[in-house]
Amino acid sequence: MRRFLFLALGLAAAPAFAADMNLTVEIPTLKVAEYHRPYVAVWIEREDHSVAANLAVWYDVKKADGEGTKWLKDMRQWWRRSGREQTMPIDGVSGATRPAGQHQLHFVDGKPPLGTLAPGHYELVVEAAREVGGREAQRIAFDWPVKAPAHLSAKGSEELGQISLDINP
Amino acid sequence: MKHTLVRAALCAALVLPFAAQAHKMWMVPSATVVSSDDAWVTVDAAISNDLYYPDHFPAQLDQLAITAPDGSTVKPENPWTGKYRSAFDLPVPQKGTYRIALVNQGLFASYEVDGQKKRWRGKADELKTGIPANAKNVQVSEMASRVETFVTQGKPGGSALKPTGKGLELVPVTQPNDLVSGEKAAFQLLLDGKPAANLKVVAIAGATRYRDAQDEMDTTTDADGKFGFTFPKAGMYWVNASAEDTKTSTKEAKQRRLSYTATLEVLPQ
Repeated sequence: MRRFLFLALGLAAAPAFAADMNLTVEIPTLKVAEYHRPYVAVWIEREDHSVAANLAVWYDVKKADGEGTKWLKDMRQWWRRSGREQTMPIDGVSGATRPAGQHQLHFVDGKPPLGTLAPGHYELVVEAAREVGGREAQRIAFDWPVKAPAHLSAKGSEELGQISLDINP
Repeated sequence: MKHTLVRAALCAALVLPFAAQAHKMWMVPSATVVSSDDAWVTVDAAISNDLYYPDHFPAQLDQLAITAPDGSTVKPENPWTGKYRSAFDLPVPQKGTYRIALVNQGLFASYEVDGQKKRWRGKADELKTGIPANAKNVQVSEMASRVETFVTQGKPGGSALKPTGKGLELVPVTQPNDLVSGEKAAFQLLLDGKPAANLKVVAIAGATRYRDAQDEMDTTTDADGKFGFTFPKAGMYWVNASAEDTKTSTKEAKQRRLSYTATLEVLPQ
């Protein structure tokens, strides 16, 4: 009975909320002599590696004379799959670099920058490249849409920390 | 004197393409993939034994032909020729692929005077004055070489790689600035604008100084002139093919020797 009620409530509630994603990206604190905040790109890839959505690009937007875009190519997977076809800045996607710590991002089905994903298998990719530092990409595979809330995660080793992706139906 | 030596080196690079230890002519850009309208690249051009260390002769920049993505010809900035290498800068404001080429066309002759063997190289219009009237056993061959590299700002593309229809040329199937280790890269070779079938193509990774063997990869073009490599590691690769035929444009020349060389950068996954 209780279960039935829960289901019924769930069904009743479903149309009121669009599916969404909560993403946490951790930029690790690094003890290095010369530290620059990393450039970070977050995007969603289809199974053929084509890009379904650019979710975030953090780079040095304020640097003069195009010096900020000069290093975008260092996020080399993002650059090859999507970045080189973009005109920077990307409205609602790109922004300034962020400090070490956890960064929460929220994306809603049907709204930019996520837009509407066709049902299927995808990978969320987070790529970080740091001036005079390293470069790392982490991937989280997921199916869209989900029937039940899904908690997925990946752990970076150098330039990225914990990445968690919560998908709600 | 210096000029003569350089020409001799150029000639050696052209004439001896089949020899395993032949001098290699190349250009290496400081970057092949750039992401800013304001970006510049700087390019080294040399003839050397080791890849890519200038250890022999500088390349001659008067042969330089740079084509921008819109098809226009671009002049190099700050060109300089030193003892072992030439260098120049290139701003890359246009989106697309720039073709940077050293195009050399000339004649090579061997002859005898008073029983002594002599060699001469020069341009077609210098042939008559270049070889003494009493020369015997004059053998003239034509040489055409193209040494290239590519730089792309933004997305690869544009019209710079449109073939000229002269000599040996590379046509991309895979864009030359879209190469990644472990992925197959495919190209086509044209000879005077037509598929160059059944030609051997070699690829040698740079940094030869730090290993014992050349580790040459080779393949052969198919009937359509197509060939491919799956580059095992990221790095700069020297890709070279040569051909010989009798389609000369100078009547004194019986033979034509052609070569094509590209420096291709392969990026990590």
